[in-house]
Amino acid sequence: MIKSKKLEEFTKKHESKIKDIKHMLYLFRRSLLSMMGLILVLFVLLVAVFAPLLASQHPSFVEVTSERGTKRIEERWSINFDEKLLPPNSNHLFGTDDYGRDIFSMVVYGARTSLKICLLVVIVSTIIGVVLGSIAGYFGGKIDEIIMRVTDIFLSIPGLILALAVASALGRSIEHVMEALIFVWWPPYARIIRGQILSVRENQYVEAARSIGASSWRVLFKHVVPNSFSPLLVQITLDLGAVLLVAAGLSFIGVGATPGTAEWGLMISTGRMHMFHAWWYVTFPGLAIFITVLGFNLLGDGIRDVTDPRLRR
Amino acid sequence: MLQIQGCEGDFVKKKDLLSIRKLKTYFFTYEGVVKALENVDLDIYPGETFGLIGETGCGKSITALSVMRLIQEPPGKIIDGQILFKGEDLLKKSEEEMQKIRGNEISMIFQEPMTALNPVYTVGDQIVEVLLLHKKFLGLSIRDIPKYNLLKRRKIKKKIYQEAFKEAIEALRLVQISDPEKVAKQYPHELSGGMRQRAMIAMMLACDPSLLIADEPTTALDVTVQAQILELMKELQKRKNTAIWLITHNLGIVAEMCDRVGVMYAGYIVEMGVTEKIFDNPDHPYTRGLMGAIPKITEEKEQLEIIPGTVPNLIYPPPGCRFHPRCKYAIDKCKQSPPPLVEVEKDHFVACHRYEEVKHSVVVKRERKA
Repeated sequence: MIKSKKLEEFTKKHESKIKDIKHMLYLFRRSLLSMMGLILVLFVLLVAVFAPLLASQHPSFVEVTSERGTKRIEERWSINFDEKLLPPNSNHLFGTDDYGRDIFSMVVYGARTSLKICLLVVIVSTIIGVVLGSIAGYFGGKIDEIIMRVTDIFLSIPGLILALAVASALGRSIEHVMEALIFVWWPPYARIIRGQILSVRENQYVEAARSIGASSWRVLFKHVVPNSFSPLLVQITLDLGAVLLVAAGLSFIGVGATPGTAEWGLMISTGRMHMFHAWWYVTFPGLAIFITVLGFNLLGDGIRDVTDPRLRR
Repeated sequence: MLQIQGCEGDFVKKKDLLSIRKLKTYFFTYEGVVKALENVDLDIYPGETFGLIGETGCGKSITALSVMRLIQEPPGKIIDGQILFKGEDLLKKSEEEMQKIRGNEISMIFQEPMTALNPVYTVGDQIVEVLLLHKKFLGLSIRDIPKYNLLKRRKIKKKIYQEAFKEAIEALRLVQISDPEKVAKQYPHELSGGMRQRAMIAMMLACDPSLLIADEPTTALDVTVQAQILELMKELQKRKNTAIWLITHNLGIVAEMCDRVGVMYAGYIVEMGVTEKIFDNPDHPYTRGLMGAIPKITEEKEQLEIIPGTVPNLIYPPPGCRFHPRCKYAIDKCKQSPPPLVEVEKDHFVACHRYEEVKHSVVVKRERKA
C-alpha cells in the first residue's frame, strides 16, 4: 500500500518527464531496426558485465615491467597444448585456439576490452570536442578562429599512422591506441557542436536567458549546449562502432593489444594462419565485432530518427 | 525652453527611473559602420508606461538592448552616452554587476513567445532559474552552496529548489494561468502562444523588477489574446508598481496603454511627450506622417497619406537631420546640422529646426495622382 502510494506520488511528480520518455519509446518501438540495434547493444553490454559468470576460463592479471622500465598490468590466459585447435564442442562452445585456450571465454572477455576502448575514446573525445567547440561557437571572434584552426591541424593528422607512431614510440598497448584515437577523434565533434551552437545561440531563449542575468558560462552550458546536442548524439553512437573497428584493425596489424590478450582484432589476426583448418578461430571473434558494430550503427540511426523531428514519420 | 544636450548633469530629474543621454551605438560590419543609434535621449518615470514607436529598423530594439547591455560585441558597440538607472550609470558597470541587475531590476519580454522559452526545460524550471539567480531562499542563495560539503550540498540544493518552485507556481498563478501546478511541469511546446507569453511575463516579473522592457510583446499573438496580455500587463503594473517600456510599431496599442510616447526615426528620438499630445497634435513632420498613415474609421479616404521615400541606409545616413530627404519642410539648415531634442513645452520634446512652422502649418493634403 505504502509502496503504491509512493509510486503514485513519483509518477505525479515527474508526469511530464515520464510522458516524454514514453513518447520517445513509442517512436523507438515503431522502428524495428533501431529496436534491434538497442537489443544488440544491450546484449553485448550484458555479456561484458557478466563475463566472469559466462566464461569457463578466466584470465589472470600480472604486473609486468617492459624493456623501457614502465610497469603495467597484463592479461594472461592459461595455456593447454593438449586441447589446441579443438572444434566447437560441449566443453568449448566456440572451440579452442592454437594454445588450447577457450575461444568462447576469450570472446566474452573481449567484449569488455572492446567496449572499454570504444566508450572511453568516444566519451573523452566528446568532452574535449564539446568544450572546445561550444566555446568557439558561442564566443566567436578570435577565440573561435584559434580553436578552429587548432582543430583543423588535428584533423590533418592521419589517425592510423599516428597510432602506429605512438605504438612504436611508447610500446605496444591498448592504452596507447586509445590515447592516439582520442587525439584524432575529437576534432569532428568540435566542428559539429560549433556548427550547432552557431545556429542555436541566435534563438530568442538565449537572449532571454542573458536578460534574466545568467552568466555567459551558464547560458552556454545550461541553455545552448543541451539544445545543440542531438546531432552529436547520433554521431557518438555511430562512432562507437567505428572506434571499435579501428581499434580491432590496429590490433590486427599488430599495433594494439599485446599478444595473449583477449581482443577480437588480435584473435582474428592470429587466427588467420589457421583459417583453413580451424574456421572457428576467426569466425567467432569476427561475428562478435560484426554484431557489436551493427548494433551501434542501428542504434545510432534509431536515435537520429527519434530526435530529429524532420525525420519522424 | 530647456535643451537636453550639454547640460545633463542638472537636468536629470530625481524622479527619473531611467534616463538615457546621448546614447550612441554603432555596429562595425564588413560593409561599413552602421550608425544604429545617434544621440538617443529619453526618460522613463517610475511606474509609468512608456511607448517607443517607430518603423522597423529605426533602432527601438537596439535602444532596449543597449540599456540591458546585451548588444553583441563585436560587431556592436556602445560608443558614447549615459544610461542612468536609479541614478547610476549602467555603462560604467561591470558584467557581473549587470548580471545582478538583469532580471532583477530590469527585465525584458520578447516578441516571439514560441522561441523565447527554452524547449528543453519545463516552464517551472525556467522561472526557478530567475528566482535562484537573484533571490535568497531559506536565507540562502545558490551562490552560498559551494561553501558546504558535497553531502550537504545536494540536500540544500533540493530544499532551495523546492522553495523556489513553490514561488514559481505563485508567479504563474499571478499571470492568471489556470492550474499553475500542472503548467509548471510542462514544456513550452505543450502550451499555446498566449500561455507561453504569460509564462514569459511570470518569469520576467518573478523578481519584481522596477522596469520591464516589453519588445513587441503581442506582435506574434492573435488579436483577442493580445488584448488579454495587455490587460494582464496593466494589472500587474498596478500591483507591482513596475514601469513598463513598451516597444512596438502598433500605434493602437500605444494609444491604449501608454502614458508617454517617444517616436524614433533612424537612430534619433524625434519627438517625446504625453500620449494624447503626440497623437492629437504632433509637432514633428515625421510624427505627423506617421499619424496620417493610420486608417481612421470615421474618415473617408481613398488612399492613406504616406511618407515619401524610404528609411535611410544607416551606413551612409543623410547629413544633418536624418529625416530631411523625406521631409516637405526641409530647409538648408536641416541638411547641415542635426536638430537637438528641445523641450518645446512642459514634458514635450521635439527634435526639429522648424517645429514652430510645422506647428502652425495646416496639414496640407498631398495631391493624389490620378
